[in-house]
Amino acid sequence: MIKVYTSSIIEAPADAVWAQVRDFNGLPKWTPFVAESRIEGGEPADKVGCIRNFRLKDGGVIREQLLTLSDYDFQCTYSILESPMGVENYVATLKLTPVTDGNRTFAEWSAEFDCVPEREQALAQNIGQGVFQAAFNSLKQLVR
Amino acid sequence: MIKVTRSSVIDAPIERVWAVLRDFNSHTAWHAIVAESAIENGEPSDQVGCVRNFTLKDGNHIREQLLALSDEDHVSTYCILDATLPMQRYVATVRLKKVTDGNRTFWHWESTFDVPRGREREFAELVGKGVYEAGFEGLRSYLRQSRAAPAPAPRRSARGAIRSSAIVIGRHGGADELKLAEIDVFPPGPGEARLRQTAIGVNYIDLYVRTGHYPLVSLPGVPGMEAAGEVIDVGEGVTGILPGDRVAYACPPPGAYAQYRTLKAAELVVLPEAIGDEAAAALMLKGMSAEYLVRRSYRVEGGDFVLVHSAAGGVGLLLCQWAKHLGATVIGTVSTEAKARAARAAGCDHPIVTTQDDFVARTREITGGRGVVVAYDGVGRDTLAGSLEALAAPGHLVSYGQSSGAPEPPPLAALSAKSVTFSRPVLFHYTADPARLREMAGNVFDLVARGALRAGIGQRFPLADAARAHRELEARRTIGASVLAP
Repeated sequence: MIKVYTSSIIEAPADAVWAQVRDFNGLPKWTPFVAESRIEGGEPADKVGCIRNFRLKDGGVIREQLLTLSDYDFQCTYSILESPMGVENYVATLKLTPVTDGNRTFAEWSAEFDCVPEREQALAQNIGQGVFQAAFNSLKQLVR
Repeated sequence: MIKVTRSSVIDAPIERVWAVLRDFNSHTAWHAIVAESAIENGEPSDQVGCVRNFTLKDGNHIREQLLALSDEDHVSTYCILDATLPMQRYVATVRLKKVTDGNRTFWHWESTFDVPRGREREFAELVGKGVYEAGFEGLRSYLRQSRAAPAPAPRRSARGAIRSSAIVIGRHGGADELKLAEIDVFPPGPGEARLRQTAIGVNYIDLYVRTGHYPLVSLPGVPGMEAAGEVIDVGEGVTGILPGDRVAYACPPPGAYAQYRTLKAAELVVLPEAIGDEAAAALMLKGMSAEYLVRRSYRVEGGDFVLVHSAAGGVGLLLCQWAKHLGATVIGTVSTEAKARAARAAGCDHPIVTTQDDFVARTREITGGRGVVVAYDGVGRDTLAGSLEALAAPGHLVSYGQSSGAPEPPPLAALSAKSVTFSRPVLFHYTADPARLREMAGNVFDLVARGALRAGIGQRFPLADAARAHRELEARRTIGASVLAP
């Protein structure tokens, strides 16, 4: 089981950042790599258990299920149901914590998953930097 | 019940911030509101259960107890035992998290407590601003100071020399012979570099240089083999070291007990971000000693039983941590219960208090009669014969120090009786080769970055108080490393 952890500071109040990321269908808005997204079955995007079905700009399709959502803790957890990445048992958590000094946000994104040993390093790098950090950078521009 | 929460971001790697915050008595160095502070009963300042007894600059007096400490999660929890302030049931938690984007640190500080009715706002402000926010600022300044920050302009004298305070020995003898004086530190010649030193390591060899037991200085001379600081200028032909670099060294000749120093650039190791100046001064000589002891004199392997004397000493604590990291079972000798606790916290599985127990008998018991595969003996005269007895056959006896006096050489017959490999190593023979020096220092820094090795600074003294540092070391009152601040 590999663990990936990426964290960053976003120069905006935590509730403003949370308003963006709590929308499980909002990836096209705050990440640079998602072209379009929909929630299957027409369910609300903040309903625990709903499934987002989204297409990456490079063509790949991913389905992810929302497992937990807490407006109190600014935290959500989700799992990958299908993806072209070659990962299994993939569960990720996105959590925000207010930084009182400067009224900004400490954002943490972590994932645990299984994959073949030869791909561990490349996948950790792709997910940690290519997905999580890239998304944080894009989010920073959005909430500025 | 009031809850106060404050958080901030510190522009330094989490290992550096945690190295300071995990030390329950460090607040006197970085928190402006603290006047004086000490840990009660001589306990180590990272020992869960220890109590810090301190006064604030406004005259208030507080005693706080460390309830929990986790190096893995970077969490420290403590409570107030008593205070001259009307705060009840105050429990606080400091939690650090790594900010991978920029290799910085997120610091979360939170507490709950009760105060008299009507004074909630007053105390929420006092704690939130006066303690927590002031603490963030204080630590920031403290960390900036020990980096290449604008330093006081040095006073210059003839031929470009810098006037530097230093500890000078006029003649060999007791700790009183260490006197504060001013010396000239000349510009670096070819192959040399001049440093402004920020932290100086105290080592046993300094005692021998002072007493004359090791004739390494011509008098009057400056003792000290280890320090960290910032490069001011470099001489001709120096490559790889630039003015402004943060460096450290552990090498002869003596001369480290000074504010400024010019020495061979080849001896300098550039410090990684994660290692602070103070930590480097505590780790270079002792850390590289532990490195060669467990990786070169005898390669410790998982499952080995090892014996470490003075397990709570400067090198001892590092040996416990390193041997544990390699998977060994560590048996250690110490002279007090407090030292036993410190050794245990550093990974010593079986600390033996020698005033209560016979270490040879206990070692036989612990190893099921077999003995240890290696004994690391820095004590010498008082222990060497016992270390030999405690060995398994075949065994390794590594005599690397003599804090109790020079040992008698073991007779050859005693060595063949157990196929003993006996070595009497000296660090500087290993580090004389620049490539090996860098390899050894690199191995030390690597383990620190991985959290397997900690600097363990037990005592800090101003440079002017070097005599007191020597007295404490000689009286066996110290735990871990002692560092002087110029």
